[in-house]
Amino acid sequence: MARRRIREYSAKKLLNRNSKCVQVTPETDLDDLAKKNPWLREAKLVVKPDMLFGKRGKNNLVLLDASFDDAKRFIMERMGSEIEINNVHGVLTHFIVEPFMPHEKEYYLSIVTARAHDLIRFSTAGGMSVEENWDKMKEFRIPVGTRPHREELKTILGVDDRTAEFISSTYQTFHDLDFSLIEFNPFTFDSDGNPFPLDCRGELDDTAEFKNYREWGALEFPKPFGKKLSPEEQFIEDMDHKSGSSLKLTILNPHGKIWTMVAGGGASVIYTDTIVDLGMAQEIANYGEYSGDPNTEETYQYAKTILDLATRDNDGKRRVLIIGGGVANFTDVANTFKGIIQALREYKDKIKTSKMRIFVRRGGPNYEAGLKMMKELGEELKIPIDVYGPDAHMTKIVPMAIDYVKGA
Amino acid sequence: MFSKNTQAIIYNFKPNAVQRMLDFDYLCQRKTPSVAALVTAGSKGLHKAFFGSKEITLPIYPSIHDAAAMHPNADVMINFASFRSAYDSSKLALNEKTINTVVIIAEGIPENQARDLARMSKEKGKFIIGPATVGGIQAGAFKIANTAGTIENIITCKLHRPGSVGFVSKSGGLSNEMYNVLARTTDGLFEGIAVGGDSYPGSTLLENLLRFEKMPEVKMMVMLGELGGIDEYDVIEAKKKGKITKPLVAWVTGTCSGIFPTEVQFGHAGAKSNAEMETAQAKNAAMKEAGIIVPDSFEDFDDKIAETYNSLVKKGVLIPAKDSDPPKIPVDYAVALKSKMIRKPTSITCTISNDSGEELTYAGTQISEIIEKDYSLGDVISMLWFKKRLPAYASKFIEKVLIIAADHGPCVSGAHNAIVASKAGKDLVSSVASGMLTIGPRFGGAIDDAARYFKGAHDRGLTADEFVEEMKAKNIRIPGIGHRVKSAKNPDKRVELLKKYAKDNFPETKYLDFALQVEQETLKKANNLILNVDGCIGILFVDLMSSCKFSKEDTEEILSIGCLNGLFVLARSIGMIGHVLDQKRLKAPLYRHPYDDILFE
Repeated sequence: MARRRIREYSAKKLLNRNSKCVQVTPETDLDDLAKKNPWLREAKLVVKPDMLFGKRGKNNLVLLDASFDDAKRFIMERMGSEIEINNVHGVLTHFIVEPFMPHEKEYYLSIVTARAHDLIRFSTAGGMSVEENWDKMKEFRIPVGTRPHREELKTILGVDDRTAEFISSTYQTFHDLDFSLIEFNPFTFDSDGNPFPLDCRGELDDTAEFKNYREWGALEFPKPFGKKLSPEEQFIEDMDHKSGSSLKLTILNPHGKIWTMVAGGGASVIYTDTIVDLGMAQEIANYGEYSGDPNTEETYQYAKTILDLATRDNDGKRRVLIIGGGVANFTDVANTFKGIIQALREYKDKIKTSKMRIFVRRGGPNYEAGLKMMKELGEELKIPIDVYGPDAHMTKIVPMAIDYVKGA
Repeated sequence: MFSKNTQAIIYNFKPNAVQRMLDFDYLCQRKTPSVAALVTAGSKGLHKAFFGSKEITLPIYPSIHDAAAMHPNADVMINFASFRSAYDSSKLALNEKTINTVVIIAEGIPENQARDLARMSKEKGKFIIGPATVGGIQAGAFKIANTAGTIENIITCKLHRPGSVGFVSKSGGLSNEMYNVLARTTDGLFEGIAVGGDSYPGSTLLENLLRFEKMPEVKMMVMLGELGGIDEYDVIEAKKKGKITKPLVAWVTGTCSGIFPTEVQFGHAGAKSNAEMETAQAKNAAMKEAGIIVPDSFEDFDDKIAETYNSLVKKGVLIPAKDSDPPKIPVDYAVALKSKMIRKPTSITCTISNDSGEELTYAGTQISEIIEKDYSLGDVISMLWFKKRLPAYASKFIEKVLIIAADHGPCVSGAHNAIVASKAGKDLVSSVASGMLTIGPRFGGAIDDAARYFKGAHDRGLTADEFVEEMKAKNIRIPGIGHRVKSAKNPDKRVELLKKYAKDNFPETKYLDFALQVEQETLKKANNLILNVDGCIGILFVDLMSSCKFSKEDTEEILSIGCLNGLFVLARSIGMIGHVLDQKRLKAPLYRHPYDDILFE
């Protein structure tokens, strides 16, 4: 992985340990929270879901200028309820509660990394209309290996001392804690002149965990909103965590007719690409990959999971399983096929009754033996298995598979 | 950057990767190995590897600086450091004057560190390949680490001799597939680089294409990009500005990203599209518009490459490289053995235990059964010494012997020697060994002999007095008879205990009964000619073997190979370890024997 979005609450706390905000989860005892944070009962509050999706205002999910009891009611009513945002369904589980800050000016600030520099963007016209006012955006590039000078910052971004101070300290934290993105849209200044982020988005480079584990603390990298694993996806994810190899599975359409089981991350993308490019996106049932020399038991479990899903929806229509892959570097092809063959044997009847055809393409160490095993299996079980090696183009089997699915 | 003379220093070397580089060298008939030196922090020495069938040594240095100083011709460093330490070691390499190219294999290096390394390398006019890469290869010349997989694949993909295509990709895994495509559709690869899957690779797709642009041997270029990031736009810009003139066939993978309901991170860190322009579709369209040759999908990528190649051949721009047969790499012994191509007689046979399977076994019984079913120590001794588990009374007898013979105070020769050695400051093993080495015919070694003589006499049907007379005639002291301190009036308690145990538990004790008759005879001659503890143990062991139905041959073999003395050695090692530990705890100083205890003549 690399750049991972974090919750607004996490971002605010990383940027300023003392920032006034609390997180509410299904486990939170709100009264207890108020005891530990007396300001919750003293100030007017803002409440928002904190689950990596935007447009919260437009979806009536923001409560402003609320008392603690209002905030409590607002959260209790929504906690655990399912909502739809951008066509994604998900359950609300995390909220952020902050002091309500009446304000007039809304500023925009973002920092992102690029290959040779970090880019600071600042605008005095922040908030909802920032995009309409993009011409007011000022940019400041900080080349990798250098630090921004306060005076330069002030001149180029056209800001006063207190804003320069805020940008400068935010940038310092951004750099030191390996953020790849911070965006305040908007931030403002409170009545004492202290900067106050109203909305904040953050992304961290999670590979830097080994150097930041103290500063990051018990940081959570949440899954994208609405991402809920099916039992099969969960099973493969658990297996992946335990294994030194990589095993991934995402179900896209359980009624899809094109199932794939592809070795290697790069190759699996290309197989899926090709199905999409050939106009069959709606029939793609799953995305996944296995790589890093999984053992026979792992490929068996992986294949079994996919075969079970693929043969479940037996509606009399044709379907395919693409057992694909590039030319492996060191993975023993025959060995990984052993587990797949074991699963195919187990599901031979279901494969037949669900009109499944199997297409195989693979190269690499010991591929001749692996392909021979597959061919012989087809003959033995009397199930149609088309087998190709490295002399066939990697995605050659994709149009063949599509033709079969399209056939009556 | 690379040639048939390029040599590399390998940091945190992996023996397999080194061997694969050397095998490739041999395949290309390089004169010198492509690996000049190895670096392992804090160690020094030589690493053995094969160059063809010849074994060579590669020097190992404790630091990059040492290696670079000794091998100024090696201008590439291949860095196998982990993602935690790759930054520091790569920085050190970039600071060496003689190192011009640094290859960083590790995946998961923080982006800030990767960007900083890229900056340093640019400032110094150097080149980085990686991070998160398998490396790259110049066909027929130089291969980085594990690039291109097995030797068979290298030959199939014609990588042992130069072709005409320059290839660059993000993915290392797919470059192998692409070398295969190029071998099928063109005269093969000239140079291929995987820049790595991170967001900020040390050298970009474009930087490598611009290198290819300058190489006269490269006639056409192929690029495989992926969704996420904007590096492909640099290529488009360069194409538009006329900086890329050689035909370029390119494809960006990840056109499927739109079908995912929530954001998906594909395998590579950089493979995530955050904006419309970073999608594969947008990049492919922009490349096409700029005049780069772009297929409609990966499916006809090979056709586009073939078309481009064929038209260059037709125009006479490209003269296809000739195929050549590479020399055969000798098969590794371990590989040949595994594939049953060869066989070899073993040097050592073992029949008592086996740790080569899933679980350790003693005499064929798994250690888990031994623990779970509560086997006794005596059982384990009988399994490892006699290859079978004895009945409970017999195993228990072995344990009784161990207990009784475990120690006999500090004055006996063995314990005394162990104590003297320990007081001289020797370690536990040396001190115990010093005590052990005193065990012999006069100290503790009479058990076997006693067993043999008494068994022999009894089995030949001699009476007790006949046996005693025979021994006297031969002028042999009867082993197992006689004690320096104990006598008939002052019996040895240990002997009493063993006799009682045998009488109570053994099915029969015919040899003990015979020995006791012999004792009656010897006691007539002197009061201290009693059956001593050595004799008692030995004779009872003969009774034990007889009642456990050991065959005649087995019994004789056991007595002849020193098995019973083994019992004494095992038992007494317990006591000797105790004495040595005792001395150590007491911080006992050096022992010197007193003058007044020695007669000087």
